[in-house]
Parts: sequence; C-alpha cells; structure tokens
Amino acid sequence: MIAINSDNQTSLGIIEPKLVQCQELLELESGGVLDGYQLIYETYGELNHARSNGILICHALSSDHHAAGYRDKSEKSIGWWDTLIGPGKPIDTNRFYVVCCNNLGGCGGSTGPASVDPKTSKPFGPNFPIVTVEDWVNSQAFLSDQLGIDCWAAVVGGSLGGMQVLEWSIKFPQRLKNAVVIASAAKLSAQNIGFNDVARQAIRTDPDFHDGDYYQHGVTPERGLQIARMLGHITYLSDDMMAHKFGRNLRRKEKLDYQYNPEFEVESYLRYQGERFVNKFDANTYLLMTKALDYFNPAAKQHDNLANALATATANFLVVSFSSDWRFAPERSREIVRALHTNNLNVSYAEIESVHGHDSFLLEIPDYFKIMHAYMARVYQAIPKECLPEESEAHHGQ
Amino acid sequence: MANKLSETNLSRYDLQIICDWVEPNSKIMDLGCGDGSLLKHLHTSKNTTGYGLELNSEKIAQCIDNGVNVIQTNLDKGLSYFDANSFDFVILSLTLQAMRDPKRLLAEMLRVGTQGIVTFPNFAYWRNRLQIALNGKMPVSEELPYKWYDTPNIHLCTINDFEKLCTELGFTIESSVAVHSNGKTNIGLKTMPNLFGEIALCRFRKND
Repeated sequence: MIAINSDNQTSLGIIEPKLVQCQELLELESGGVLDGYQLIYETYGELNHARSNGILICHALSSDHHAAGYRDKSEKSIGWWDTLIGPGKPIDTNRFYVVCCNNLGGCGGSTGPASVDPKTSKPFGPNFPIVTVEDWVNSQAFLSDQLGIDCWAAVVGGSLGGMQVLEWSIKFPQRLKNAVVIASAAKLSAQNIGFNDVARQAIRTDPDFHDGDYYQHGVTPERGLQIARMLGHITYLSDDMMAHKFGRNLRRKEKLDYQYNPEFEVESYLRYQGERFVNKFDANTYLLMTKALDYFNPAAKQHDNLANALATATANFLVVSFSSDWRFAPERSREIVRALHTNNLNVSYAEIESVHGHDSFLLEIPDYFKIMHAYMARVYQAIPKECLPEESEAHHGQ
Repeated sequence: MANKLSETNLSRYDLQIICDWVEPNSKIMDLGCGDGSLLKHLHTSKNTTGYGLELNSEKIAQCIDNGVNVIQTNLDKGLSYFDANSFDFVILSLTLQAMRDPKRLLAEMLRVGTQGIVTFPNFAYWRNRLQIALNGKMPVSEELPYKWYDTPNIHLCTINDFEKLCTELGFTIESSVAVHSNGKTNIGLKTMPNLFGEIALCRFRKND
C-alpha cells in the first residue's frame, strides 16, 4: 500500500493514465482535419458487465485527465476534482466507472500543439488546428466506443466541461442518461470573450511566443502565459473572497515603500499562481482552450434559440451554479434551465450560496455536495439492478 | 422565499383534496414545493409531470432524493423564466401569505398555467378572531406559530379577502374547500368556511 492512501479510505491512491490511439481522420468544426490523434485518460472504479455504470468527466480550461487520485506520491499531485470523485464521494467509484480524458489540443498527453506532427517531425505549434467543444465531444465519443460504452450513466462537467456536457446531450442524446452541467453557460458573454482575448494577447505579444513556434526556439512565452493566468485567476475568484483573503495586506512589511515590486499580498499571490501555472501548462493550449470557450454557442445554428438547440436532448439534467460566480453567473445557468423545461426535459437546478466565485465548482461546499450526492444516488438507482457492480457492505446506503 | 407556514407537510387530507382536483397526466408546477412530497404523490397517483420551485438548499437535495424535478428559485422574483401557458396546474401551498407581492404571483400563476390551486391559512378562523378580540394580540397558533415581529407570513388574508382578489384579477373560482389543520370537517366548515376554516384550499382559472 502506498503512503498516500494507507490511512485514507476515500482516496483512489496513485492512478496510472492510459492511452488510446485513433487512426482515423477527425473532421473538425473549423473545416480542418486531424490525421489521427492520441487521447490520454484515467479511469476510476470498475465497469459493470452491462457497461452501464460509466460516468464521463469533462474537464475545464486549465485542467486535464487527472481528475482524481494522485499522480505520484506527492500530496500536490492530487486530481483536480478529487473532492468529488472517489470511494464514498458524490461520484462514488464504488458504484461508478469514472472516465476523464485530456481534451484534444491539451497539454496533458493528448495530441496537442506541443505534440510532434508526423508529417514534419516537428511540434505542431501554430499549425495545430483550432478545436471546438463539438470536436472534443466527437473525440470523446470515439473514446467511449473504444471503452465499449454505448451509453454513459452520466456526463459531468464544470465550466468549459459543462459546455461539453451540453454538447453531448445535443449531439449524442442516446449516449447519455444524465447530464450534469456545473458553473457553466450555453455561450460566453462579450465580457467573457473580452477577458479571453486579453489573455490571448498577453501570450501572443510575448517576444518568446514566436508566432506559436516557440518550441523550435527552446523558449516558452512565460511572461504572457503568466499574465493570462493571473487575469484568469482574478475572474475565477469573487471580489468578496479576495477582500477576505488578502484585503490590502502588505507582504512581509509594515509600510509601503513606493516601488514597483510586489507590495500587496494579492500581487505576490497572483504572481505565484502565474509562475506555478507556467511550469505545467502550454501557452498554445491556453490559446486553443480559450477559443473553444468563445466559439461554443449551440443556439447559433438555431437562430439563437437555445431551446431549439436542445430539442434533440433526452437526458435528465442537473444544473448547478454559484451565487458569487460572475464569470459563469447563475443567470447563464438559468438560461440553460429555461431551455430545458421549455423542452419538457427532467431538470433540477441548484443555485449554491458561495463566496468562492467560479472556483466554487472545484470546492467541497456542503450544500453543493449534498445535491451532488443526492443526484448521483438517483443516477445509480436508475441503473438496472442486475447490472450493478458488486459493492462492499461498507458502502451500502451511502 | 420565506419559510413555509409550518414545518409540517400538508396533511393527507389536504393532499387528497389537491390530488382529487388534479387531472391525470397533467403538467404541474408546485411553487414552494418543500421536499417534493406533493409532486411525488401526484406523480405516483396521477402520473403527472412537472417541476417544483423551492428556495431552501436543504429542500432541493430532498426533492432530488424524492426523484422530483426542482428548480431553486426565489418566488418573490416572479416566474419570468417560465413560458406562458406551459402548465396545466400551478400549485401554491401554504406559501401565498409569505410572498412579498401575492397579487403579482397569483397573476403569474395563471400566466404560466391554466388552473391555479392555492392553499393558505385563513386568518378569519374563529380562534384567530378570538385571540385578537379577547387578548388584543396578534394570533399565535399551531398553523401560525410566529410572533408578529419574526413571522415570514407578511400577507395573511381571509377566505373572503382571497375571493375578492380573485374577482379583481379576473379569476373564476372553480372549487374551494375549508378544512381544519387536523383534516376534520363538519357542517360549520361548509356553511361558514371563513369562520370555521383553518386552512383554505382554492382552485381557480381565468375568466373565459
């Protein structure tokens, strides 16, 4: 037994990622094509005989396939949604077979801008085509086929992940029973697109960007990516939370020294977050992900009528938003809910009180987790009983 | 939305009256649906579909447990998120008196639904009258357990008041019943509901 989970019954321990190769052409929404690709993914729990207890997790802008458990023996290697996924947790791995893949264009091990283009034997860099939410869902459907999962018990995602869930419900209605859309939106607002473009400009104007070909120059546009992350980070928190966490506190000093070095706590915090991010994330992926966010708008093909866009959906929905989330405000979630009940679909909606802004969806907030527990229990109950994996006694009744 | 009138659910008797009024296979909206037990009951007994609206997060989780569609909403902000004429019945059970703008909500009920069903504590119930008449104090009872200063029930009315408002809104009352909170009924309730009725139940629709 590894050290990390020896005294923790709710941890998945160290998780080994898996790879799947697609040799076929993937036609992209942009009109471009990908001549085959690789997806990296993790799985947690056991798939039942009927292959009906699968839960697909869709990740957000800056995360990847490592949703739960640990990458290695360090505490820091914990998955981005480990609070929610694991034995006895709302997405209970004693009940469900949970799958999360790194999206195309990502930098976690799936084919992306930093991967080597077989045609040139050089990294794709700027030649990597722009991929959209629809393209991701198509590639996730390929992964589903490879895993032998015709129909997911639920597809679950927060933020950009929630957009993928919506797309799943529209595009492959027969392939999911439940759709859980958390802190998301059916399209970005002008303000959101504006933030994304400032982030992109920070990266693209960094002298080390080299038009996206920085791999060839042995550099990375660190400053640009760092600023992009700092900006993003501000928008993921709430004003109240920042006031509470940092206020106007000064860093390791009593008074102002009237210089441009970081003086306030909030400055050094954001810089630290930016620096940490630069070491683990690829700038071209950041550009791609923000574009995918901007482009997503399923109602566009239906004269801006979201209800019409969702007319093909048949899944049961849970939609969750957070009161202080101004990046993906409750209003955006209510628009989704409205379109769903216009279509007479089963939908429940919870607007969770939280001071943590957009980041709330990653945090263990009691009301939020109660609702997730309750909903995922219903998802589990709806799986025909003869198909259930054997459960240990300890987990009955949870 | 304020707390419900009391923490007790509708009695089986009240449930039965509402259930009798609701036609099979209807689409229902239950405003202030609590833990969803009414919707669950209607679904089981009348094969209804629809949604509950509720503000309290704890109750939202209970609704989901009960397999009821629930949408977290502050009823005081209206029903603007719901399309006109999209429900057969809109039910407001023991919640009207806690609304900031009951008149607007009633109008909204018949914008989104064909028929409305409202239940409310009848303030003209004789025990309430007695407490005011004899003690000169605001009534406190099992159904109205709060003091005047901490009550969520800011718009209490009598059966006569409610009927008058329905007329003003252009609603026709299709059925109305007054009951005791213990579910018992008697001749007094039928002849003088505004005096002997503790809880009023009313079904209405727009005038043709």
